[in-house]
Amino acid sequence: MSVQKTGVPMSEKQISSQVGKFTSRGVDVYYGDKQALFGIDIDIMENKVTSLIGPSGCGKSTFLRCLNRMNDVIDICRFEGEILLDGQDIYASEIDVVELRARVGMVFQKPNPFPKSIYENIVYGPRIHGMIDGRSDADEIVETSLKRAGLWNEVKDRLNEPGTGLSGGQQQRLCIARAIAVNPEVILMDEPCSALDPIATAIIEELIDELKENFTIVIVTHSMQQAARVSQNTAFFHLGKIIEFGETDQIFTNPRNQQTQDYITGRYG
Amino acid sequence: MQKHIVTAFEDDLKALSHKISKMGGLAEEQLAMSIKALETNDFELAKKTIAADKVIDELELDIEERAILVIAKRQPMALDLRRVIVTIRISSDLERIGDLAKNIAKRVIAIDGQTPKSLVSGFHAMSELAQKLLKDVLDAFASEDVEKAVRVWRKDEDLDALYNSIFRELLTYMMEDTRNISFCTHLLFGAKNIERIGDHATNIAENIHYMVTGVLLTEERPKMDNTSTSKFDFDENSNI
Repeated sequence: MSVQKTGVPMSEKQISSQVGKFTSRGVDVYYGDKQALFGIDIDIMENKVTSLIGPSGCGKSTFLRCLNRMNDVIDICRFEGEILLDGQDIYASEIDVVELRARVGMVFQKPNPFPKSIYENIVYGPRIHGMIDGRSDADEIVETSLKRAGLWNEVKDRLNEPGTGLSGGQQQRLCIARAIAVNPEVILMDEPCSALDPIATAIIEELIDELKENFTIVIVTHSMQQAARVSQNTAFFHLGKIIEFGETDQIFTNPRNQQTQDYITGRYG
Repeated sequence: MQKHIVTAFEDDLKALSHKISKMGGLAEEQLAMSIKALETNDFELAKKTIAADKVIDELELDIEERAILVIAKRQPMALDLRRVIVTIRISSDLERIGDLAKNIAKRVIAIDGQTPKSLVSGFHAMSELAQKLLKDVLDAFASEDVEKAVRVWRKDEDLDALYNSIFRELLTYMMEDTRNISFCTHLLFGAKNIERIGDHATNIAENIHYMVTGVLLTEERPKMDNTSTSKFDFDENSNI
C-alpha cells in the first residue's frame, strides 16, 4: 500500500496527478463536545464525481456540509482545519458565505422546491445574486438551467405551475436546475436519489454524468452501486475518519482496506 | 473473514464454492479413470469414463446459472464479485478438463494397448504429474492458498518438458515404421490432452491468485512446450 502525503491510504492507481478543486487538510468537526470528524485530508478533483460512502453517522454528510459551510448554521458545530477551494481558504474571515454557496451549490435528499412556480424556483437565486438584468435574461437562465438539468422538454409548457406539483424525480431535477442557475463550480449532493424510484434515479445518474463536464460534483450516497456507477473517486468514511480514498474502479473491485471491504460487501463491520 | 449480514448471500457463495469442489473432484476422477483405461487397455473403463463427462457438463451449467443469479440478485462487490467471476471461469476450465479426459478415453480403443513399453513410463509420469497439479490447484482453491496456486502455476513447466520428450519419441517411432503412425498419432493427441489439462490447471491457479489478491498474475509463465516450433529433419539414410 502506498501512502500519499496526506497520510490517507491510497489505491495503487494514484489520483494525485489530477487537478484538485477542493483541498481539505486536517479537518476536525465537533458538535458540542462530540467530535464528528477527525483529521480529514482529501483532494476533491475538478470535473470529477467524488462519492462519499460509509455507514450512518460516519461523518460523510458532515464533511459534505463543510464544503459550503452549511454547518455554520448549527450553533454547537465547531470547525478546525483548512479547506481550500481553488487554493483559497473558505473559512477565512474575508470569505462571503453567501457568495461561497453560490459557487458551491447543494442538492438535498428530499426534493425541496420553493412553493412557487417552476419559473420562480429557477430565477430566485440568480436574482438575489444580481445576475438578472431584465426579463430576457431571466427567460434565458430558466431555459438553459432546465435544459442542463434535462427537465426543459417536460415543463416548458407549464413554467408557471407550482414546482411542488411535479413528480419526485422531476422535483429533484428542478432542484438541480435551481442549483445550476447561479452558475456554480461545485455541486454537492446529499443522497439525491434516496427518495426516488429506479427510473427517476437512472435519469438523475445520467444527468450527473453529463454535469461533470462542467461542474465538480461531490455526492453522498448509501447505495454502493450508485457510488460505483456515477463516481470516478470514492472516499470511505468510518467513525469520522477517512479509511480509504481512491479510484472508484479499484475501491469496488479490490479495496486495500479490510474495513472498506467489509462495508461494501455487506459484512458485519 | 466476517460473515455477510444477509445469510442467504453467504449461503449462495458457499454453494458455489461447494459445487466447484464437487466438479473438481469429478474431473480428477475422470482423468484418473481415462489414464487407467489407457494403461490397462480397459475398454469398459474407457466407456464409463466417456459417460461420466455428462455429469461434469451439467455441473458447469448449474454453476453458471447460480453465479448469474447471484450477480443479478446480490450485486456482489470486491472480493465477493471476484469470487463469483472466478467461479464461472474455473467451472469452464474444469469442464474442458473433463472433455480432454473423455477424449483420452475415446482413444483407448484405437490405441488398443499398442503403447510401446518405453513410452509407458513417460505417459505414466506425465499423467501422475497432471493429476497432482489438478489436485493441488483444487486444494489451493478450497483453502484460498495463493502460494500453493502459484506453485502449481510454476510446476506446469515440468509437464511441458515431459510432453516434449514424448513428442520426440513418438516421432521417432513413426519414422521407424509407418505402421506405427496410426496409434502413435492417437498417443500424441493423448499426450497433448494431458499437457492441455496442465494448462487448465495453471488457468485455475491464475484465477485463484486474482480471486484472493485482486491482482492479475501478469508475469510470463515459464513454458517448456516447444513442440509447435520443432522440426524433424528427414535423414537420407533413414528407412522410410
